[in-house]
Amino acid sequence: MAALQNAAARRDMTREERRYFLRRRLNSLLTHTVLIFFGISFMLPFVWMVSSSLKPNIDIFELPVRLLPKTLRLENYIDATNAIPFWQYLWNSTYYTIFATIGSVLSNTFIAYGFARVRWRGRNVLFIIVIATMMLPFQVRMIPLYILFARMGWLNSFLPLIVPNFFGNAFYIFLMRQFMMTLPRELDDAARIDGASEWGIFWRIAVPLSKPAILTVAIFEIIHTWHDFVGPLVYLRHPTKYTLSIGLRLYFTQYGAEWGLLMAAAAMFTIPMVIFFFVAQRSFIEGITLTGLKG
Amino acid sequence: MLNMLGLKRDPAKKPNSWRTDNLPAWGLFFVFPWIIGFIAFTVYPFFASLYFSFTNFNIINFTPRWVGLDNYIELFTADPLFWTSISNSIRYTALLLVAVTIFDIFIAYLLSLDVKFLSIYRTIFFFPVLVPVVAASLTWIWILNPRFGLMNGVLDLFGIKGPNWLASPDTAMYSIILIAVWGSGRQVIVYLSGFNDIPRQLYEAADIDGATGWQKFYRITLPLLSPQIFFNVVTLIIFSLQSFSEVYIMTQGGPANSTLLYAVNLYNRAFRDYAMGYASALAWIMFLLILGLTLIIFKFLSGRVIYER
Repeated sequence: MAALQNAAARRDMTREERRYFLRRRLNSLLTHTVLIFFGISFMLPFVWMVSSSLKPNIDIFELPVRLLPKTLRLENYIDATNAIPFWQYLWNSTYYTIFATIGSVLSNTFIAYGFARVRWRGRNVLFIIVIATMMLPFQVRMIPLYILFARMGWLNSFLPLIVPNFFGNAFYIFLMRQFMMTLPRELDDAARIDGASEWGIFWRIAVPLSKPAILTVAIFEIIHTWHDFVGPLVYLRHPTKYTLSIGLRLYFTQYGAEWGLLMAAAAMFTIPMVIFFFVAQRSFIEGITLTGLKG
Repeated sequence: MLNMLGLKRDPAKKPNSWRTDNLPAWGLFFVFPWIIGFIAFTVYPFFASLYFSFTNFNIINFTPRWVGLDNYIELFTADPLFWTSISNSIRYTALLLVAVTIFDIFIAYLLSLDVKFLSIYRTIFFFPVLVPVVAASLTWIWILNPRFGLMNGVLDLFGIKGPNWLASPDTAMYSIILIAVWGSGRQVIVYLSGFNDIPRQLYEAADIDGATGWQKFYRITLPLLSPQIFFNVVTLIIFSLQSFSEVYIMTQGGPANSTLLYAVNLYNRAFRDYAMGYASALAWIMFLLILGLTLIIFKFLSGRVIYER
């Protein structure tokens, strides 16, 4: 039936209309060709990582280069966990990520509320200072903080990496404030009339309604700490404290040619993020959109 | 700027029912952790770093000794690595800015055309963001291996003899830019959301008026995408001038200092040579550079950004 109607419609088309539809078809074909080409190119590094992680050493250095492994060697994964103290590093990365994220979520929700929902003199001036601190490069603060933490005896511990997170971060404050500003003010007023305190409004109204923004901050912080290289590089000098970032790089500088094991370790380092992404996919995309937000 | 932050007062709005003469007590209560952190982790290091930049450090007991402007004089007159690293960083930032902006707007535009499998494409372009920087860098070293790597293997299929990539001073910089473009999926998502916010009717109206594709792009798309472009350009410049990890892992600034970015040089001086005073002077030059550039961008671009629809 539909086909018949289509055919009828096609017969009724004028030449211009037919040309128009043809052009749209061609455009769509072109679009998909380009997207598929770049899509495959973007995935190839990951395919290469996984494929190399499954190749036995003789196949790694085989010419011509072969994209997919000829023989699978799953033992690379076990060997990788033995070649480096993988579980120790994994635990260190996890520990750092968990506490850094807790700190970020707690502090930034709290602070952003003060900037978004409470009216007080000096608020806007202070907020402009918050924004201005984003322009201060990490490198300016790196050296004095290193010396400060060294004097406090905090080197080789996670304290220099975790503790500052409990005092807010300009970017997250900005993000959460922008979100909280969009919540209807009538809710606050209604609660206030019902006798709620400022704390009550924060805890019972702002926090539950800000869940998307809180989730975004949590996601960003989890990615950031899991990936973090500079922080651990500066503060963690003892092998028992190494995170996966530092441990993996160290292994590379010592045994550069062990590509099978290196790629297996890299894959195991990446997989938690991939699982995490698919679990929280919607919040991921929404969160990034939230950051590029307009006035 | 004020407009972007939502601080500008809108005269059309009726006076707020909120009392503006509230005592700052509750506000300060909530903002208090930030104030503590600001003093301890920003104000203190800011001034300490400025002070350190006029000192030299004794490596043994870490005590600064005042040397006046010596560090700055040495930096400008007697340190070729300073000039190398600053020009590398500017070149890196400029090339990356052009490459990322054009490529990501192009991809986001294609994704905004109601394509099938949108969520799959979006996931693919976002995927590199998920790969930890060390894992990604090691993978790229291996991909760009001149003999056994995937890149030259693919080029071989087309009869092209690939270059040495990271191992040659001629191509190392382009290699790290290529890798940074691969990892720029966040920008694609931001641009895509911008494209999706542009009302379709505008294009339909333009079609009726007989506008060409270029006119539509220049008069509708570009102005309405300007908030996203502005945001992405500013963050990209600030971040890529500070760019460190990828390059430090992959090339350590080599070969022949061709990828010695400013932040890599700074890190080497601070934590390899323990020249903390000198590195502080480097950090301050970097700060002034970023500050200057940001102010220039705000002055020239923010007037052209259109927020109201």
